[in-house]
Amino acid sequence: MTLEWMAWTMPTAIFFITIGALLVSMTIWQVKAPSVERKGFLPIATTPGDRLFIGLLGSAYIHLAWIGLTMLNLWIAFVIALIWMIVLMRWG
Amino acid sequence: MKKWDDNKAWFMVIPVFLVVAVSAILPLMTVVNYSIQDIFGPDNRIFVGIEWYREVLTDSRLHDALNRQLLFSSLVLLIEIPLGILIALMMPKKGWGASLSLVLVALPLLIPWNVIGTIWIIFTRPDIGLFGAAINGLGIAFDHTGAPLDAWITVMLMEVWHWTPLVALLAYAGLQAIPEAYFQAARIDGASTWATFRYIQLPKMRGVLTIAVLLRFMDSFLIYAEPFVLTGGGPGNSTTFLSIYLVKLAVGQFDLGPAAAFSIIYFLIVLLFCWLFYQVLLKVGTGDKS
Repeated sequence: MTLEWMAWTMPTAIFFITIGALLVSMTIWQVKAPSVERKGFLPIATTPGDRLFIGLLGSAYIHLAWIGLTMLNLWIAFVIALIWMIVLMRWG
Repeated sequence: MKKWDDNKAWFMVIPVFLVVAVSAILPLMTVVNYSIQDIFGPDNRIFVGIEWYREVLTDSRLHDALNRQLLFSSLVLLIEIPLGILIALMMPKKGWGASLSLVLVALPLLIPWNVIGTIWIIFTRPDIGLFGAAINGLGIAFDHTGAPLDAWITVMLMEVWHWTPLVALLAYAGLQAIPEAYFQAARIDGASTWATFRYIQLPKMRGVLTIAVLLRFMDSFLIYAEPFVLTGGGPGNSTTFLSIYLVKLAVGQFDLGPAAAFSIIYFLIVLLFCWLFYQVLLKVGTGDKS
């Protein structure tokens, strides 16, 4: 089966491979060391999976806001999103 | 840990995962691929990076459609929730009248969405439609195909007629679940009808009303078939909501790149509301007010 109809590009392939790798790693982590809900600075108790989802959704909005509101380089938004992800996963 | 001793149940999820992968994940990946390219044909495409996202996010027509959508969803909630509660309060609580009213109230929910649009096209026609002809007969010029305000009134009437029954049924279920002892205590204390509603019925309906508000918000935010059949987004763009605008962009103008970028943004908005919806549903009935 050819995947030509999906119009793949290298950036989107890297993007989805990263997301897939994150999900697989989180699953392995969960099986090896089952997580428990905890309360950080977020108003709800969350598991690492919850925080990953919130982090990814937040990162998407950070990128959209950057594109919509500024003409600056998108890599800056990427760094901000990365910091957001680390802070959320550690203290969220 | 005990709960991870037997993981075999997860294999039962594999069929669902495969179905979702084919029906949702692969198309989503394709849309992401399309959103960063200018697609002229299967073998003729150019990488454009974030250009479509920038174009869509700064597109005034998208902003207008989003504002229209938010106004529409807000009006839906402002009208349908109080009206649904009122209908539920007026419905008989027991006997054959309760069964009959439940069936009658639920009828609009059973009609297919595109049929709803067709019904209201005929119903509001100024020449042969009962509603349109009656309004025009009163000397009020009413034409939902020509006047934006009339189109909005018609779409709102249709939406309220179609979906208020859902709110009424949910509120009715909430009311029926209140133990009789509460009403007996209220009667002994000489509470008025309003006080009984304010301090007993309304707080006890909190859970079902939360579900009703979120369901109606989500559903009205995604509305497509009824207004598309009724007005086609017109007159002009006055009833062009987000989904109608998206279809115009993708199928009408065949701008696949911008339409794909728009789809991703629309998806992220819906995903955010879905997550909030899910979080609120988890809290309903647990007494957790955080």
